[in-house]
Parts: sequence; structure tokens; C-alpha cells
Amino acid sequence: MIEQIDLTMVNWARATFALTAMYHWIFVPLTLGLSFICAFFESIYVKTGDEQWKKLTRFWMTLFGINFAIGVATGIILEFEFGTNWSNYSWMVGDIFGVPLAIEGLLAFFLEATFFAVMFFGWNRVSKGAHLFSTWMVAIGSNLSAVWILVANGWMQYPVGMKFNPDLARFEMVDFLAIATSPVAISHFVHVTSAAFLYASLFVVAVSSWYLLKKRHLQFAKRSLTVACTFGLLASLFVAFTGDEHAFHAADVQPMKLAAMEGLYQGEAPTGLVAVGLMNFSKKPGDDQDPFIFEVKIPMALSLLANRDIDSFVPGIDDLVYGNPEKNIMGVEEKMVRGKLAVAGLGEYKAAKKTGDDLAAGKALTLFEKNSDYLGYGYLDYAEQAVPYVPLIFYSFRVMVSLGTFFIFLFLVYLYFLYKDQLEKQALLLKLGAFSFFLGLIAHEAGWIVTEVGRQPWAIQDLLPVSVARSNLDAGTVEVTFFMFLILFTALLIAELKIMTKQISIGPEGD
Amino acid sequence: MFKNAFYLYYDGFRSMVVGRTLWKIIFIKLFIMFAILKVFFFPNFLATNFDTDTERADHVLKNLTEPSSANGNH
Ligand code: HEM
Repeated sequence: MIEQIDLTMVNWARATFALTAMYHWIFVPLTLGLSFICAFFESIYVKTGDEQWKKLTRFWMTLFGINFAIGVATGIILEFEFGTNWSNYSWMVGDIFGVPLAIEGLLAFFLEATFFAVMFFGWNRVSKGAHLFSTWMVAIGSNLSAVWILVANGWMQYPVGMKFNPDLARFEMVDFLAIATSPVAISHFVHVTSAAFLYASLFVVAVSSWYLLKKRHLQFAKRSLTVACTFGLLASLFVAFTGDEHAFHAADVQPMKLAAMEGLYQGEAPTGLVAVGLMNFSKKPGDDQDPFIFEVKIPMALSLLANRDIDSFVPGIDDLVYGNPEKNIMGVEEKMVRGKLAVAGLGEYKAAKKTGDDLAAGKALTLFEKNSDYLGYGYLDYAEQAVPYVPLIFYSFRVMVSLGTFFIFLFLVYLYFLYKDQLEKQALLLKLGAFSFFLGLIAHEAGWIVTEVGRQPWAIQDLLPVSVARSNLDAGTVEVTFFMFLILFTALLIAELKIMTKQISIGPEGD
Repeated sequence: MFKNAFYLYYDGFRSMVVGRTLWKIIFIKLFIMFAILKVFFFPNFLATNFDTDTERADHVLKNLTEPSSANGNH
């Protein structure tokens, strides 16, 4: 591991953020996906007028409500952390993301307060059409409320459309469209929402499979499964497609992350993709060891994934760290020299401004601006610090993709047995289906590990490492909050599981 | 119109079953988050330690230009 495991403030702050984000993410994708599934169920009810579909819709809506209530506002804790643990970062980007996030929050609140009320309380008070409209608005609104936070995350991975103001130490927006429509932000949004649809479909599969195994609510379960498996199959195909796009953009804007995802140290043309591999944990950048103890490669596949060209060169970690003049790749050491010039320029500018020396300030500003693309490298002590922890990223990526492939087959097999009307006889398959919701959660968390661990050491890619993004606090203060969150979130999770399982065992009303 | 909207919420809340427990959880959670965590454990670092935006900008600039001041305080 390149970064030493030292439990200093920055590592506790990272651990706390990872803990809260991962717990928060247990609830979020279920809200995003289940809202749509409820809207589908209700649309079928309105179209057919069959009261069984209404019962079914109301049952899944209750589970949606439980998950929403437990998960709501857990994301605000992440904002607390920004202000306390990551104050330098917050200050630097607050101007840009603070207002849109607040507007989004308010909009989501009013949308939810209005349409949620109609959705839950309005069954016998408003027309069928008005009720259905509210359910769709809840689904669309919940998903839209994920937009700006993913745009913000996309910007941290690929900072475009902003300019650094050296007087205020802040990034200021110069091109809103460039930020909102950056390919990385769009990739994020479509991959995350489709993965959320897939996750919620797995939830319906899990609960319905349990009913079939228990020989309860058979018709209800099969109807639910027909819709969820169809939606889940489409979602999982889309997830694979958007995931491929995601990797393509990563190759372009975060080549180090892609190299880490593949455990690729020496770039080559063409490059194969490691389908299965056992990593050599003692491998370090620049040494002669083989990164794999054992590997099976699909020839040329990585070249195709990264550049859409089967013969193309894909840079490895060593190319990116030590440079590769033949391929026009600047090494980290050279970037560090430029980064240190940017840091010095900024310091001289600040000093000159204080003494009112405009000429010196102008010169210093030019020095800063010439090198500001490499600002973050100015804070590194040695080149290998720019390499994230490869094995975790490599294996997380494989877990996510293998599960993604597995889910496609799972939905296909379920649909086949539903079509043959033999599903309730497939006990093993049903057990697998009941368990697969948990696998969906693992795929989600693995995805975030690839995205977030893969971009270390950067808080903002190339511009701000986490060690500078943090607040000047003691490790002890942050350590305490880590354990407090662990307790709070675990309590919430237990509450969710208890209420949810109780409601599931009660089953759809009057069925 | 307003009366209808009022009764939608009023009757809705009154007839809740699982909802009651959920609202309790929501309020307890919000209380813990805002009245305990935010107040005692998550003060906004720059807002509480500095009075003006100029001071805050200066502090961040200091961390950016003298990185040892950001890295040294473990
Ligand atoms: C089937 C093939 C899949 C491929 C090729 C794929 C590809 C990717 C890639 C390349 C990233 C990281 C992108 C970056 O940071 O630049 C990513 C992130 C992510 N993936 Fe996947 N993925 C797949 C399946 C799944 C599945 C099945 C799930 C969950 C059910 C999932 C959920 C996520 C999440 C939550 C993230 C983090 C958010 C984001 O960066 O968008 N992925 N995926």
C-alpha cells in the first residue's frame, strides 16, 4: 500500500466520510428505484382497474415509505462533515455547490411534502389519475434530487467550468453548462440511477421469492415479480452499458483510476482486460515484480474499453507515475515541480497583495496560472503518493461487474420460469433470489469504492489532495464522531430491518 | 380547496399505523442530528473560528500556500 495507514486526522475524517456515505447508500438507491416500481404497479392498476393491483401497489408503497423515513436526512450528516472535517475543501467549492444543493433540497422537500401526502393519504380523496400523477411525481422528484449531488461529485473527479480566484481561495463558476453536462457527471447520474432501479428490482425479487418459498400470497408475488424482473432486466442491461461508458470516460480523465481498476502497471498496445486475477499484494510501482500471481486476460479488451480501438495503447501506473515520453505522458515528478511552482506563485501573490506591490502580484499570478492545472501535485512529497490502493480497486471493480453480469442472468431465469408458470417449484432459485438483494447492495458499495478510493489522493482531481482539503482539527475529535455515527446508523439500520421485516411478514392487506 | 388540503393531512396523519412509528423515528433522528451532533460535535470549522470571510479566505490560503500548516496538525 502506497499511503501509510496512519490513523491521523485525515484518515479518521476519510473513514468517517466513507462510513456515513456507505450507510446512507443503503437507503438511497432503494428510494430511487422503488418509487418507480410503485409508479409502474399503480399505472397497471389504473389501466386495468383490477383491485388486486391496487393492494399490491399499496403494499410496496408502505415498504417504500419505511425505507424513505429511515433514510431521509441521513445525507445531511455528510454536509455536517464537510463543514467540520473538510473545511478547506468546503470553502473552496462552497460558492458553487452550496446554493444549487440548497435549492435542490428545498425543491425536493416541497415536492415530497405535496406529492408524498397525496400518494400516502390521498387514495380515497383524489381521482385515480391525480393519485397516479402524484406517485409519478414522487418517483421523478426523488430521482431528480440526486442530480446536483452527482454533478458535484462528477466535478470533483473532473473539474471543469470553473476558475480559481486567488484572492478568495475559491473556485468560481465560469461555465455552468460545462459543469452540469460534463460527461463524467452524466455518466455518474445514468449509471447510479439505473443501478438503483436494478437494486430496487432485486428488493422486490427478494421479498416476493420469500413469499413463494413460504407458499404465501402466491398470485401477489408472481405479479410483483413479473414487473420487477422485466424492469430489473432492462435496468441491468442499461447498467452494463452505462458502466462501459463510465470506464471509457475514466480512461480519458482519470487514467490512474482505470489503471488501478485493471492492476495495469506497464502500459501496452494492445492491452488485454484481466477477467480473473490473483493480485500480488507486495507489488509496488516501479519494481520488477509481476502484479499478478495468476491472471486470465481477454486480449485487446481493455484497449477497446478505454479507447474504443482494439490496437490502442493504455497507460499503466508506471507510465503515469514515472512518465513515458514516447507516448507523451508527463510523469508525476514533473507535475510535482509544476505544482510546487503554482503553490509558490500563490504564496508570492498573497504576500505581494499584502504589501500592495501590484507588479510583483501580477508576476506571481502569471506563475500561478501557468502551473495551476497541477496545483495539487505541489502538495505531494513523493511521486508514488499519486497512486491509490490498487488491490481494493481491482477487486471491487470485479465484484461489481461480476454481480452485474449475474443479475442479468438472474432476471432472465426468473422471467423464463414465470413464463412457464413453474417458479414456485424452483426452491434453490428462489433462495438465491431472496439473497440477491444483499448482493445488489454489495455491488453498489463496490461501485462507490471504485469511484472514490480510485481517485485518491485527490479531493479534487489533480488540484487538491485530501491532506490539504481537511480542517486543522485533532484526530481525537474526529475519532469520537466516527464511533457516534457507527452507533447511530447501526441503530437506524436495525430499526429499518425490524419494521420492514414485520411489515413483510404481515404481507399485503387482505390478500 | 384549503380545507380539503388540511383534511388530507389531518385525516392522513390520524389514520396512520406504521407511519406513527416512522414519524417517531424521524423526529428522534432529527433531534439527535440537529440538537446533539450538529451543536456539540459538528460546528462549522470556519464559521466558528473566524469572524469574517476575509479571515476565512486568509486561513484557507495559508493552508494552501504553507502546506505544512495543513499537514502538521495531526
Ligand atoms: C455490469 C457491468 C458494470 C460496469 C462495466 C460498471 C462500471 C463502473 C465503473 C467504471 C465505475 C467507476 C467509474 C468512475 O469512477 O470513473 C462504476 C461505478 C459505480 N457502479 Fe458500476 N458497473 C457495472 C455494474 C454495476 C452494478 C451491477 C451496480 C449496482 C447494482 C453498479 C453500481 C455502481 C455505483 C453505485 C458506482 C459509483 C457511482 C458512480 O461512479 O457512478 N455498477 N461502475
